[in-house]
Amino acid sequence: MSAPLYAEIGYFEPWWMQIAKALAIFLVVFNMVPMALLADRKLLGRFQHRYGPTRVGPFGLLQAVADIGKLLFKQQFVPRDSRKWLFIAAPIISMVTAAATLAIIPFSDTVDIFGVKTGLYGVDPSIGILFAFAFGGIAFYGLMLGGWSSNSKYSFLGSMRAAAQLISYEIAQGLSIIGVIMMVGSLSLVDIVTWQEQNVWLFIPQFVGWLVFLVAGFAETNRPPFDLAEGEAELVGGYFTEYSGGRFAAFFAAEYLNMVVVSLLFTTIFFGGWDVPFWDQPNWIEPIVVLAKMWVFIFFFIWVRATLPRLRYDQLMSFGWKILLPLATLNALVTAVLVVVLD
Amino acid sequence: MLQIQDVIRAYLPAIVFVVLGIGLGAVFASLNSVLGPKPKHARRATAEPYESGLPSEVKKTMRFGISFYLVAMLFILFDIETIFLFPVAMQLKAFGTFALIEISVFIVLLFVAFIYVWRRGALEWK
Repeated sequence: MSAPLYAEIGYFEPWWMQIAKALAIFLVVFNMVPMALLADRKLLGRFQHRYGPTRVGPFGLLQAVADIGKLLFKQQFVPRDSRKWLFIAAPIISMVTAAATLAIIPFSDTVDIFGVKTGLYGVDPSIGILFAFAFGGIAFYGLMLGGWSSNSKYSFLGSMRAAAQLISYEIAQGLSIIGVIMMVGSLSLVDIVTWQEQNVWLFIPQFVGWLVFLVAGFAETNRPPFDLAEGEAELVGGYFTEYSGGRFAAFFAAEYLNMVVVSLLFTTIFFGGWDVPFWDQPNWIEPIVVLAKMWVFIFFFIWVRATLPRLRYDQLMSFGWKILLPLATLNALVTAVLVVVLD
Repeated sequence: MLQIQDVIRAYLPAIVFVVLGIGLGAVFASLNSVLGPKPKHARRATAEPYESGLPSEVKKTMRFGISFYLVAMLFILFDIETIFLFPVAMQLKAFGTFALIEISVFIVLLFVAFIYVWRRGALEWK
């Protein structure tokens, strides 16, 4: 089979398997969203010496379902003077971009399912990480249009802040990956994980790159301490101030889905993906390993949220531009020298 | 030869993800019209921006910081330079010392521009 130019896959499954695996991955990972939501509230409660939700279901386990149910039974409305269609489209854009990035996350290498050779990932394009960056770029429109179209000062300022923040940290994030690509020599996430299986988890040789990517990942997902776009002390709710009901739920779910996806990216790029060191693990356990590592990072996200206060906006911008950007560039340069010298 | 069918076939799972995202987003965005209460008469105050709060409509005269524009311009410059680094990084091992010198010159030039921008005060948030 001749490999297409910009989707060097070489082999792809029959169409029904492609659809089935995409559905399966989406369902499994999307179900992590209410779980992350619940974990967020429960753990924040524990960090603050209280119980968190306990009433809905056993131990409050159905709290996230109750939240979504409540939101869906609210009155539908669009603020006066808002740009109606953009207002409706904005949460959908956020949702799409968060879901689409999931497609490139590898959960395992190719395995046999009912005799069909199947890669346990959505797609493995040769552009790999750039696919994630591309959809990260579009995610910006969701926030921007949402805040701009609601015609409220709080939303407007929130979306402006979100825009400036996202684009500032996108540069640092892009540069921090360069070192990884130099070492592996490929953009494909499957190749990156395979390289880590054969050599060493990349967060050890690429420690600086990993730190920059971690901080930029926090900023890109609007999680505390970088949630300036929401900043409820100043801007009520930021870009989704005017949203309520299901549309607000869509923004909210997209935010948590982004957190899940970024945790998966941390796992895949820097922490060996499905690899367990010093153990030749069987195939079936690999997706579980990926999800377990992902939960460690989600816990870390929540831990940071409970620990660090929010930054001031000028601190946020100067941190991104004056510290992370030069640091990531120097990391790329040093890695280039080392890779060429050691090769 | 690049066939459009091959590309679509190769990216079919990604398309499924996008469709699922659109579907789920559309369900969330429209379900309230079905499930939510429908008030008998539309109330004027309900649809106001930031209902029951201070007047917070965006007027034509509203002003906000110039720094946002500056950041957007700097983003375009630096992001393009980041994208230029990707192909070199991919082929670094193949080209060896040549690529190393090339990437060093590029990054030094990038740094000169960066220091200029910094010294001119474009990175100070006002």
